[in-house]
Amino acid sequence: MTVIFYISAIVAIIATLRVITCAHAVHALLYFIVSLFSVAVIFFTLGAPFVAALEVIIYAGAIMVLFLFVVMLLGHELEDARRQRVGFRPGDWIGPVLLAAILAGELFYVFWSSGPPRAAASVIGPRAVGLSLFGPYLLGVEIASFLLLAGLVGAYHLGRRDEDAEAQSP
Amino acid sequence: MTVIPLNHVLILATILFGLGIVGLLVRRNVIFMLVSIEVMLNAAGLAFVGAGAHWQSADGQVMFLFILTMAAAEVSVGLALVLRLYHQLHTLDADAADLMKA
Repeated sequence: MTVIFYISAIVAIIATLRVITCAHAVHALLYFIVSLFSVAVIFFTLGAPFVAALEVIIYAGAIMVLFLFVVMLLGHELEDARRQRVGFRPGDWIGPVLLAAILAGELFYVFWSSGPPRAAASVIGPRAVGLSLFGPYLLGVEIASFLLLAGLVGAYHLGRRDEDAEAQSP
Repeated sequence: MTVIPLNHVLILATILFGLGIVGLLVRRNVIFMLVSIEVMLNAAGLAFVGAGAHWQSADGQVMFLFILTMAAAEVSVGLALVLRLYHQLHTLDADAADLMKA
């Protein structure tokens, strides 16, 4: 099962390389989502299934959607006319689709091979992580809640529409 | 059944972190810079999870959860700043905002 790790590592490196070389922001975000998926597969092979699920749900699901919202919000004004003409050109999506197909092939291989992957020495499940999180790391959880509250207040304050600046420079 | 050596996980994390820092230094679009920071945070989390798997401890995964929390807070504030920058300067170029007082 270690071959799964190395294939996923190569996919992660290729996808990340495309993230920093893509000119279009949405294409770069697509490649970054593929990179996060491959890192999630790597977490699974390392014996950390809980973190692998969180990587897909929170990173690729929530944070990347936030990025896409902002890119769509700003890109609407930048290239609205050009975007209407662009259909489903294969050059736009064939790269992420191929890399994601490799990861899907790994998934089917794991399904059809016998048993769960045993590349790691031992699988550390959600129970051990939760006991450690709310036992010795309870203070860290409280500080993380402070951080999230500060992020919430800061994002609200920065995203609020400023009436004074708009009145001065319409 | 062989175990994945810790060295290979750390080499992969180093490569991903290097790619992130190259993207942060090369790109001048603010959104790409934020994505590069995400790449670097993800590589750091990969190193933590790999070390935790090597010593068969849950501490690495707990640290990854803290990194995830910090990344979420950082992205929300950073994207709010990007929206403010675009509304003020009508560009996403980081070099356009090189003055403290606009």
